[in-house]
Amino acid sequence: MTTLQLDQLDGLTKLTRPAEAREITCIYCCDLLSLAMAQAPANSAWVTVMGNRNTIAVASLADVACVILAADTAFSDDCITKAEDEGVTVYRTAAPIFETAKRIDLLL
Amino acid sequence: MSELTFRFVVPGDDYSRAGEASSTVKNRLKRLGIDPAAIRRVSIALYEGEINMVIHGGGGEVIVSVTPQRVDMVLEDHGKGIPDIALAMQEGYSTASDQARSLGFGAGMGLPNMKKYTDEIEVSSVVGQGTTVRMAVLL
Repeated sequence: MTTLQLDQLDGLTKLTRPAEAREITCIYCCDLLSLAMAQAPANSAWVTVMGNRNTIAVASLADVACVILAADTAFSDDCITKAEDEGVTVYRTAAPIFETAKRIDLLL
Repeated sequence: MSELTFRFVVPGDDYSRAGEASSTVKNRLKRLGIDPAAIRRVSIALYEGEINMVIHGGGGEVIVSVTPQRVDMVLEDHGKGIPDIALAMQEGYSTASDQARSLGFGAGMGLPNMKKYTDEIEVSSVVGQGTTVRMAVLL
């Protein structure tokens, strides 16, 4: 699947402006950035409640396909700008992490 | 390709700018056509090092040298130093502040990740004077 399919998923809001579609090969859930830095697979959909500028830095360096902020995690305008600058697509949902991952898993 | 050298200043206690050196190096290595797996290893090690410099080192300097054979990274800070390097290299050992933990860091994975994702690493430190980490990823 690609990020274009996530765009259509109910309850998911894309916070960043449209970017080139990325292939999503798996789902990764983690809130510890050091762990995510080392373990997030490239091209994964990373589901987390850690919404800050460092999340974007890790997402970019680990080359994940997108970031999905679960549980209505706050994300500042400054962070959105950084994500767009780094080419990282960010979504937000009210659903908790596990439920979000389960729903995306059905699309894989 | 002869040796290319990049230098960066890492500001201390500014988490918002952590990762700028890693990100810049990643993009430059991409443009040089370096193997993506090697770029990922360099990025992880360098980012962890940058974060350590922000959390513990009060900032410092990063020098990255690239040749067709290897990527060398030297990270030097003038922070409080590491009293027990062997202990600091253990996964899970952390002296990070609550602020660092609240941002998702401080899991005690910094130096272990740097060791895991590089081919060579040497850590030298003098308490009260600072720490120097030398790492290399072979291409």
